Amino acid sequence: MSVATQDTAVSTGRATRALIYLTLLLFALFYLLPLYVMGVNSLKPLAEITGGNMMALPSEWTLDPWRSAWSTAQIGVEPTGLKPYFLNSILMVVPAVAISTIVGALNGYVLTKWRFRGDTWVFGLMLFSCFIPFQIVLIPMAVVLGKLGLAGTVPGLILVHVVYGIGFTTLYFRNYYASFPTELVRAAMIDGAGFFRIFWRILLPVSGPIAVVSVIWQFTNIWNDFLFGVSFGGTSQPMTVALNNLVQSSTGVKEYNVHFAGAILAALPTLIVYIVAGRYFVRGLMAGSVKG
Amino acid sequence: MGFLDIRNVTKSYGPVQVLHRIDIAVEEGEFLVLVGPSGCGKSTLLNMIAGLEGISGGEIAIKGRVVNGVHPSKRNIAMVFQSYALYPNMTVGQNMTFGLEMHGVPKPERDRALADVAKLLQIETLLDRKPGQLSGGQRQRVAMGRALVRNPDVFLFDEPLSNLDAKLRVDMRTEIKKLHQKLRTTIVYVTHDQIEALTLSTRIAVMNKGHVQQLGTPKEIYDTPSNLFVATFMGSPAMNIVPATVVMENGHPHAAITDADGTPRNLRFSQPNLARWEGKPILLGIRPEAITDPEGADRKSGNIQPLTNRVTVTEPAGSDTFVTMTLSGRDTIARMRADAAVAAGQTFEFAVNMEKAVAFDPTTEERITP
Repeated sequence: MSVATQDTAVSTGRATRALIYLTLLLFALFYLLPLYVMGVNSLKPLAEITGGNMMALPSEWTLDPWRSAWSTAQIGVEPTGLKPYFLNSILMVVPAVAISTIVGALNGYVLTKWRFRGDTWVFGLMLFSCFIPFQIVLIPMAVVLGKLGLAGTVPGLILVHVVYGIGFTTLYFRNYYASFPTELVRAAMIDGAGFFRIFWRILLPVSGPIAVVSVIWQFTNIWNDFLFGVSFGGTSQPMTVALNNLVQSSTGVKEYNVHFAGAILAALPTLIVYIVAGRYFVRGLMAGSVKG
Repeated sequence: MGFLDIRNVTKSYGPVQVLHRIDIAVEEGEFLVLVGPSGCGKSTLLNMIAGLEGISGGEIAIKGRVVNGVHPSKRNIAMVFQSYALYPNMTVGQNMTFGLEMHGVPKPERDRALADVAKLLQIETLLDRKPGQLSGGQRQRVAMGRALVRNPDVFLFDEPLSNLDAKLRVDMRTEIKKLHQKLRTTIVYVTHDQIEALTLSTRIAVMNKGHVQQLGTPKEIYDTPSNLFVATFMGSPAMNIVPATVVMENGHPHAAITDADGTPRNLRFSQPNLARWEGKPILLGIRPEAITDPEGADRKSGNIQPLTNRVTVTEPAGSDTFVTMTLSGRDTIARMRADAAVAAGQTFEFAVNMEKAVAFDPTTEERITP
């Protein structure tokens, strides 16, 4: 699990270094520009935005747009703000990420350490699910959810996202566990540990990097999903759908400052996940690719 | 009936049979080494004893109990793996007691067993470390400790020294031997290193292509190899194999060979009943240390034969000097004392200890038994 360090990088002269940093800095600023615009405009009254300069700092600082977006803004027909939808999203994302990650880990464990006849086929078919476009499964999924009585509920959305995510999480964990020495599993077998005990005590403790990858990937995908949310959300729609309803409403004045605040609120959780666990993400993706 | 019985055991993967009717009975306290080139089936056999691989035919019994369908953890065996297989997330102490914990042994008892074994192996100071912080030799000790803690009926070693550097390997070899002498445990040990096999074992099973070629004490294997494979696989440098013909001279069978110049030379055999092979071709097997200078010859031997031949190459190796010559067209190596006065190109008077010579049937490659 080696990470590229300074001594593996190509050595360059001072001038080249400076040029590299300058270029990187310019690109970073360019990429941060939208965030700046959103942040700045979510902190000024609407009149300042409609009156002119989008790029200027607020002349009058205010948190009202944030309060409005969170608790009083008109979402569809109800003036509830984004709060209830944010909770819906959390209630959906946390179990969906947890379940799909755990199932993916178990799948990876079985596919590498308890191999059976045709296991590569099973894995191949699971990989296939990574390539199925969302739109294709909408109608069959609606039928299944209806039959299960889960249509329009948070558990229904959890099921949809778990089913959709297992392909990816299985891929991650299978490839990670493929480089995990099988002798360890054999030693644990002789020591008397059973199927789940080996998984829990031997494999899971060293699965940190790949678990982080799986969690980040699943979290961003499920949190940002709009199509499943709008199709199967029913009365418990997630944050993304609510944001759309807030921003796209065609009646009344467009409260751009509230929209900006709402958009940041919607992006905040994934942003936090990336900032907290981002470096493990890269490390986990690299794991197993380089020996040693 | 032995302590560990391997009766008529076969192993097949689909149509491919990798082990053919293996029959070995191991006594209690014995150190059995399975040795052979890679792919000979020795590790497969070990895994079958451990229960990590299924048995296609025959049966394996430990202490009189047939264990064919018994789970590895219920066979009361312990295994030391080639990679040591230490759990990376646990400390040394946790690694060593994991098996006891899984078998429901209470904590105070586990701690006592751990303390005993740690003392025995002198790893008391390492118990709180993680395997990643240990050197190769220390990991090796911990892996053995993990096996010892459980006090199993049979210890299984799968090439445990092959990941160590040459010097450490020799040290650990002695260590393992000492441990065995002290504890008198039953051990089955797999290696491809014939020196390890000869030094450690009380008995050796030499394997090739899924067959046991010979089962015997290190001395039997070394002195009376049952066929050409065993003769050339065991021993370093390998046994010299020289084509010869049996001739009778003064009523004794002799091996008729030629020296580097094609001059016929006859060496008297110590086995009288090789007379049955009079006039027939054989393969003469002589260990390098049985060919010396006359002063270095074994004084207890009753049959030292002189042999004059030209020296091709000399290789001083510190403790010995290896001398290469040509016999019956084959390169033949002699092992001499370090200070033997011999030089390349010189014609030299060798002494061949024919008591140690063996003869093989060139068609079956089996040893001709006296």
